[in-house]
Amino acid sequence: MITSFLIDSLDRRGRIVVGLLVALALLVPAGNLLVPEGSAFHVSTYQLTLFGKYLTYALLALSVDLVWGYCGILSLGHGAFFALGGYAMGMYLMRQIGARGVYADPVLPDFMVFLNWKELPWFWHGFDMAWYALLMVILVPGLLALLFGWLSFRSRVTGVYLSIITQALTYALLLAFFRNDMGFGGNNGLTDFKDIVGFPIQAPGTRAALFAASALMLALGFVVASAVVRSKLGKVLVAIRDAESRTRFIGYRVEHYKLFVWTLSAVMAGVAGALYVPQVGIINPSEFDPAASIEAVIWVAVGGRGTLVGPLIGAVAVNFGKTWFTGALPEVWLYALGALFVVVTLFLPRGIVGLWDRVVSRRTKPAKEMDGSGRRAGEAA
Amino acid sequence: MRFLRLLAIVAALAAGLQPALAGRIADADLSARVAALGAGGFDEVETAITDLAATGDDRVPAILDRLGEGELMVRKADGAVFFADKAGKDYRLTDPVTGADAGPAPKATVEKIKVNNRIRRAIASAVGALTLMSPDPAVRRAAAEAVMKSADAAALPALEQAIAVETVPDIRAAMVAARATALLASDAPESDKVAAIAAIADLGSRDALGFLSGYTSADGAVGDAARKAAAAIESRLMLWDMGQNLWYGLSLGSVLLLAAIGLAITFGVMGVINMAHGEMVMLGAYATFTVQEVIRTSWPGLFDYSLLIALPVAFLTAALAGILIERSVIRWLYGRPLETLLATWGVSLILQQAVRSLYGANNREVGNPSWMSGSFSVGDIQVTWTRLWIILFALAVFLALIAVLKRTRLGLEMRAVTQNRQMAAAVGIRTPLVDALTFGLGSGIAGLAGVALSQIDNVSPNLGRGYIIDSFMVVVFGGVGNLWGTLVGALTLGVANKMLEPYAGAVLGKIILLLAIILFIQKRPRGLFALKGRAVEA
Amino acid sequence: MSQIFDRRRTTLAAVLGALLASTMAGYAADDTIKVGVLHSLSGTMAISETTLKDTVLYLIDEQNKKGGVLGKKLEAVVVDPASNWPLFAEKARELISQDKVSVVFGCWTSVSRKSVLPVFKELNSILFYPVQYEGEESERNVFYTGAAPNQQAIPAVDYLMKEEGVQRWVLAGTDYVYPRTTNKILEAYLKAKGVADDDIMINYTPFGHSDWQSIVADIKKFGSAGKKTAVVSTINGDANVPFYKELGNQGIKAEDIPVVAFSVGEEELAGIDTKPLVGHLAAWNYFQSVDSEANAAFIDGWHQFIKNDKRTTNDPMEATYIGFNAWVKAVEAAGTTDVDPVIDTLVGTTVPNLSGGYATIMPNHHITKPVLIGEIQDDGQFDIVSETAPVVGDEWSDYLEGSKDLISDWRKPLSCGNFNVATGKCGGNS
Repeated sequence: MITSFLIDSLDRRGRIVVGLLVALALLVPAGNLLVPEGSAFHVSTYQLTLFGKYLTYALLALSVDLVWGYCGILSLGHGAFFALGGYAMGMYLMRQIGARGVYADPVLPDFMVFLNWKELPWFWHGFDMAWYALLMVILVPGLLALLFGWLSFRSRVTGVYLSIITQALTYALLLAFFRNDMGFGGNNGLTDFKDIVGFPIQAPGTRAALFAASALMLALGFVVASAVVRSKLGKVLVAIRDAESRTRFIGYRVEHYKLFVWTLSAVMAGVAGALYVPQVGIINPSEFDPAASIEAVIWVAVGGRGTLVGPLIGAVAVNFGKTWFTGALPEVWLYALGALFVVVTLFLPRGIVGLWDRVVSRRTKPAKEMDGSGRRAGEAA
Repeated sequence: MRFLRLLAIVAALAAGLQPALAGRIADADLSARVAALGAGGFDEVETAITDLAATGDDRVPAILDRLGEGELMVRKADGAVFFADKAGKDYRLTDPVTGADAGPAPKATVEKIKVNNRIRRAIASAVGALTLMSPDPAVRRAAAEAVMKSADAAALPALEQAIAVETVPDIRAAMVAARATALLASDAPESDKVAAIAAIADLGSRDALGFLSGYTSADGAVGDAARKAAAAIESRLMLWDMGQNLWYGLSLGSVLLLAAIGLAITFGVMGVINMAHGEMVMLGAYATFTVQEVIRTSWPGLFDYSLLIALPVAFLTAALAGILIERSVIRWLYGRPLETLLATWGVSLILQQAVRSLYGANNREVGNPSWMSGSFSVGDIQVTWTRLWIILFALAVFLALIAVLKRTRLGLEMRAVTQNRQMAAAVGIRTPLVDALTFGLGSGIAGLAGVALSQIDNVSPNLGRGYIIDSFMVVVFGGVGNLWGTLVGALTLGVANKMLEPYAGAVLGKIILLLAIILFIQKRPRGLFALKGRAVEA
Repeated sequence: MSQIFDRRRTTLAAVLGALLASTMAGYAADDTIKVGVLHSLSGTMAISETTLKDTVLYLIDEQNKKGGVLGKKLEAVVVDPASNWPLFAEKARELISQDKVSVVFGCWTSVSRKSVLPVFKELNSILFYPVQYEGEESERNVFYTGAAPNQQAIPAVDYLMKEEGVQRWVLAGTDYVYPRTTNKILEAYLKAKGVADDDIMINYTPFGHSDWQSIVADIKKFGSAGKKTAVVSTINGDANVPFYKELGNQGIKAEDIPVVAFSVGEEELAGIDTKPLVGHLAAWNYFQSVDSEANAAFIDGWHQFIKNDKRTTNDPMEATYIGFNAWVKAVEAAGTTDVDPVIDTLVGTTVPNLSGGYATIMPNHHITKPVLIGEIQDDGQFDIVSETAPVVGDEWSDYLEGSKDLISDWRKPLSCGNFNVATGKCGGNS
């Protein structure tokens, strides 16, 4: 019943996206495992892991868009939730190594042996169980977001002030996780994973499964986000985005709405991080870097904020561009990337999706004048 | 009294035993001792230095000085030692004893006598003992300090002699302190040593504490006296330490102020979330580098003024870059502050890469002019000239900026445009021009910050990235749109950081501070000095 | 409006076309041997790594002038992992599986090496890692041509004890794995030499730390306790310039408190006025000032290649040089670029280093290196004050609890990177 409710919540475009993602989840692993190398339809492992990574980025972008595009909260610290989810997964994967680490210690991960730690710190307990780790993937980012949001929204911290303190949050976590004394492996982070729920992590089958999981999780995230924004709740969120004070005066408890969507978004980011780590094989504090969070915001802007398809397209397009430019034009690619951001903000204020809509609407309804400004009210400085 | 009498006796004895300090020994004898410098490793060189110093020959200081400079070379053919002056790719040799020209020598035929820190210390102490009687007061002062550091009992006779004729009071005091340290190291009777400890304790400085702690574990009266004196100095220094931390805090605060103040204009006043702010600072630093480079190659005499010359250059470079960015990108984005973030982020990537392509990815060297080098003491607080100048400079920039905003027509128009654009346009202000100039002003000030930061930090394409987050924290903490808030915010954060650092360490201190800012913003959602009125909601 | 739009679209198409054309050109020749270069050209590490990329290009250029390898020209494939660790892994995979390179020269930070390790193991390729590092690793697919801690830290401390009579030690480092390990090893070593706990001060700072006032003052305070004090610095790249500037400003001279650094070379000093720093030390396996014919030729060629005779050379460049020549020699000996025979041939390969001696690749995939100690001069160069005989890189430190029983030997039949001599088992990886 819930499923049908969720599916009903999709519009036509949404159904296409979800359909595409499900198809991807089936076809790409098949292309990697079943189609022989050399065939035009063969998907190489390189491409598989690469696109798997893009899909987790897309989920992160979707979570950013949910709060920014629909509720006007510009988070410059979503990377923190992503990284926390990633660390929870990373800790699970570390515990799975068991005695196969270089020092062959049955319990302690390598970096602890090497810092002469004698026993596991308390917060590492339980991570040897997959269900516990998965719970933490959701709980840790969720609780942090709940606490942070509860404090901030209640005291009505808005606009750039909120953006800057989200940045302070991720920056503080960055510094904290860099400390070796924290027990998260310091700058080297967590790496050299062996297997996940019993399957060797580098096996083609596992990779394919991870890819499929990423695609399906993105589809699920999309459906949930879609359900949220198309419900009455979503309308209130947009009202908050466009005129927060007015919504409050009408009688809505603005804080509660914000807190809900903020926490939901953080959990989505955490899940994205958890899927990201086994596919790239490392999690390290640089994921907390404020620059990484800003980049996630940029994916959304490039794709088109305030649409659910936009962040997906933006994340994949920008990252594909990055992959390609860093290989093809290693010396000058930053010019291209920088110029892309400038051009998008100046000429495509509503991103790629906005551009598409404009092209389509011009073709079908040439008479209708576009709004064109792309401005949104309510972004009080 | 007894002590003084004893000293007099020691002095008299020393005068009799020591060869006349200003005398000379036979050339052949000296040559043989100089040649010993060229034979063997550091141990042999050190012995040779002591030998040379023992001659008391007045040619020795010059020889040792040039040894320290690495200008003493051994001729590989016969092992003779010479002064070597660079002549093109080769060297010109001079006999160190007679001063006779020994002709040119190709690079491959000579070898430099290696000098390490130990040798340098030996040279300093030997030269110090030999130059205590120099006619130049500066040399005598340096000599007294060098002898004090070496704490060498062998220098006692020379010290006694020098103290007897010294007339400048503070040099005499330095010599007396040096004598006390030398006495402690000698096998003088215990009572003398206790007196020497008292003399050192009177200095009350950290160096004095250092000497004393060498004797705190000794037995008997010397140990007791040393422990007592050390404890007294330590409790005195505790208070000074607080002052020192405060000074460090102010100094860090002034750096934050400089970095943030330009942002207080572009972000605080104009509302542009200017992620390229750090790159403006970087442009200022590179402008400084370029100015110094030009001065180095063309007018080396002007080097001490290079920073003053760099100031306008850096201001104009960054301001022009800022105006260019404003006209080409930002002017389309007014009223959409969050989108300025994205565009300026793109601009910052481009600027970083541009500098990397132009100057390379490596650090660039920006030198300290002589008036910014070194340090002096106020009580026991050590003040480095660089930091003092930066604090003064930061305040000067701040006051100048306030003056521009409050006292000039441009400032009036800037405030008018940022507060109510339509109304300002309606009363005839050319808002686009004012926008461009405001952004240029903010960027130019960031450029000025770059000049100052080039003195204490890396000049690299990443320079700006290091300051951007701190700058935003300062502006937001102080209250967006309020310059005084930025001043108070910067100094508060600087001092708080430095007060935390001794207890929590550098990393944890910073984390605590960031969390404190997050909590503070909950309490005062618009910063320390919140703007009031309708403009806030616009 | 539509015209503008069209024009925009055509420009876009033109740009894309040009980009495509430029990349296609790279894939034209097939009778070359491809060499991957995996160094960050942007981001925080570009400052150090860009030079190494140029070094590999220079070495390839020289080799091609000599006729290449096995009758084929070498072709560099350069990518930019942008100081982003997951991107390192992605680019490594791209180099090996898309570009089909025969060998990769790359990485600087430990975390980047850790990030690419699984990829090299999975796809079975060769990585030459040219930077001094913390040890505690020995992988079949990696050759470590930089120094292990015993090839830098311990000889430097010995020198300070003997030459300077140091009794009190400040171990100052950036808070990451290399300084942590090095300091652990040094602490154990110093205590074994009878240094008391009170005479060791350990301090860690974050990356890019720029305000050194308090720490330098603390060092000064620590140093004024009547015993000769020295600082052993494992402070990482970027933070060094402000650290040394503060030392100079606060008037700490090398004669009073010498600082010996393991991560400061000619490149880092190029950003500082070194006059106040004369006499501070660094321990490396190579300095630009090394007086040897090989070095003079290398520097000349480098200046010509980079078209700038002010560019310095440094230790990781020498490590790259050794690694590159060893690979060329092994490929020629094996007669193929196939990974397995080349890995087997590399062990035992001996090539000249730049300091007038030879470097041999040992069975633990580390190499022999002499340890040089240099004092900073006022021209930004180092004056070598001590040189040891070649030392074998010790991958598993004897001074660490967890690794003292481990050895590594990649020759058959042992073929193990972490063989435990106490239990007689090859732990973990294989």
